[in-house]
Amino acid sequence: MNIHEYQGKELLAKFGVSVPKGGVASTPEEAAEIAKELTGKVVVKAQIHAGGRGKGGGVKLVDNVSEAKQTASEILGMNLVTHQTGPEGRLVKKVWVEEASDISRELYLGIVLDRSTGLPTIMASTEGGMDIEEVAEKFPEKLLKIPVDPLLGIWPSSARKIAYSLGLPDNLIKDGVRFITNLYKFYEEMDASLVEINPLVQTKDDRLLALDAKVNFDDNALSRHEDVKEMRDTDEEDPLEVKASSFNLNYIKLDGEVGCMVNGAGLAMATMDIIKLAGSSPANFLDVGGGASREMVENAFRILMDDQAVRAVFINVFGGILRCDILAQGVVDAVKSVNVNVPVIIRMEGTNVEEGRNILESSGLDFKVGNGMADAAQKVVEALKN
Amino acid sequence: MSILIDKETRVVVQGITGREGGYHAKQCMNYSKEYASGGGNVVSGVTPGKGGEIFEGTPVFNTVGQAVSETGANASLIFVPPTFAADAILEAIDAELPLVICITEGIPVKDMMYVKRYLNDKDTILIGPNCPGVITPGECKMGIMPGHIHKQGSIGVISKSGTLTYEVVSQLTEQGLGQSTCVGIGGDPIIGTMYVELLTLFEEDDDTEAIIMIGEIGGTAEPDAALWAKENITKPMVGFIAGQTAPPGRRMGHAGAIISGGEGTAQEKMKIMSESGIHVTESPAEMGLTMAKVLGV
Repeated sequence: MNIHEYQGKELLAKFGVSVPKGGVASTPEEAAEIAKELTGKVVVKAQIHAGGRGKGGGVKLVDNVSEAKQTASEILGMNLVTHQTGPEGRLVKKVWVEEASDISRELYLGIVLDRSTGLPTIMASTEGGMDIEEVAEKFPEKLLKIPVDPLLGIWPSSARKIAYSLGLPDNLIKDGVRFITNLYKFYEEMDASLVEINPLVQTKDDRLLALDAKVNFDDNALSRHEDVKEMRDTDEEDPLEVKASSFNLNYIKLDGEVGCMVNGAGLAMATMDIIKLAGSSPANFLDVGGGASREMVENAFRILMDDQAVRAVFINVFGGILRCDILAQGVVDAVKSVNVNVPVIIRMEGTNVEEGRNILESSGLDFKVGNGMADAAQKVVEALKN
Repeated sequence: MSILIDKETRVVVQGITGREGGYHAKQCMNYSKEYASGGGNVVSGVTPGKGGEIFEGTPVFNTVGQAVSETGANASLIFVPPTFAADAILEAIDAELPLVICITEGIPVKDMMYVKRYLNDKDTILIGPNCPGVITPGECKMGIMPGHIHKQGSIGVISKSGTLTYEVVSQLTEQGLGQSTCVGIGGDPIIGTMYVELLTLFEEDDDTEAIIMIGEIGGTAEPDAALWAKENITKPMVGFIAGQTAPPGRRMGHAGAIISGGEGTAQEKMKIMSESGIHVTESPAEMGLTMAKVLGV
């Protein structure tokens, strides 16, 4: 799960990670109130989940309170387009107003799981401010990776090593060690899956501050972090994906024309692949899970039919725990109760497949049944031509 | 012969009195009866607080240690809910079971980080979590897969996915190709056993003639294994990667991709696998067929 920069900064501050002084505002008046409490110049930053906000015009430096109010009124309600939002952009509902920092150096600090070792890994670079994948590509020697033993946690010596590698002056090493140690504590205790401080700045008056904060959380661990769960902003997600998640369906919207309904994530991806191989394109990824009930199938149809781009539905199920006869009954009931106005192609295999096929055939509804994945995909493409 | 499990396997099911655990323990017992002439089977269960109960004729204990000493269990199958699953795995490791298979989906990554680290200097092999389990057709089923689609034979199957594993097994069986052992390694970011360890076991297994490896996007496990296999595996291999049409960046943060040196797209993975001598098919409908062609049957 993603959160906004302002939520990330508020959480980090609780863990003793130093962030610039500031606050979040939903109106220009609130922005002005916050700016009044700050000293010197002020930065107004649009709060959306996508990156590239500065280039898109969503981050502005201003001189005083009245300018802060004026700028907030311009940014709030704007449709911010960045390279990550797509051309449709994202509506800005909140701004983060903070004290401008007098920057001497921009650094990078991140913590992420290294899947190949199974260890949390701290990444540090003196090349802050640019995309870290760019740093990894252009200056791999400038990207330091320090794995942490999760049973021991982070030791001062590891943190010191990172602090020195960032080229911090002697009088900032202690602050650096504290910053790194607290950031790791945050990552660990909060079940984060990614923390990225880019840039981490060294100011001219020798302070270390998290100028930006990108934080992702492990969805599997949200049940032990109610406070984080409440930070979810569904306006930042695709509306169909939000609806699907309320039905406990694992759905990702894509831009093709064939709606897919599959049990199991691997088979769901393979189904998308075979649609492509047959010459069409998938409209979504949808895993209905191992024990799809009639209700689940109905809800899945609702989601697929809400997507105007869907011109055919491909159901691919390998019945294990989920029996084909139960699935078939679910599909028949769903098609009767949801208004399904596109061809439906079904491929079923596994437990009770004969009973399942009989239910489909005797339903009086117009299903096409595929014999194997390739044949079914072919039937989907033929149906699209009609 | 086979790998990991056979007709001598004595299974303790952790979470046997739960809905999932109970249902699948029963299915595993049925498989033993119907397809394995009473071979590898469930011998006991564990649910803390329910020690002394009987489940389908097998005793339930409070701890794994008791189940091991009382019933001679030598492998554990775990169906414990996600919040408690890591604890259940640790208990099984501490009972010195040589094999632990965890089916549970949704275990927090941090919990698995601890488990994986704890496993480092232990002899236990952990399969999963978030996997369908392991089956040696005709000998023992330890998992949630439909037993009847399998056939005894000489193809080793390793896969990250659940239903896609059933798909490949059914395609193999359709081609008349039986399986020595099928292993679902699980789709989570941290899993107990990766491809390389299992490829080693299949290479050493006299009854395995060829290996099929099914992967998916994300991470670098498949190309790492392919490069390793090029030097170490003499048996023919077939491969498939699911997610050729998956959009980038939906499941993992950018930083994760850097660490592993690139996002791990299906195309990249398939290229490295092909270059390493693995017979890669682009079509998920032709996994079994490709194996049949490679073996000339």
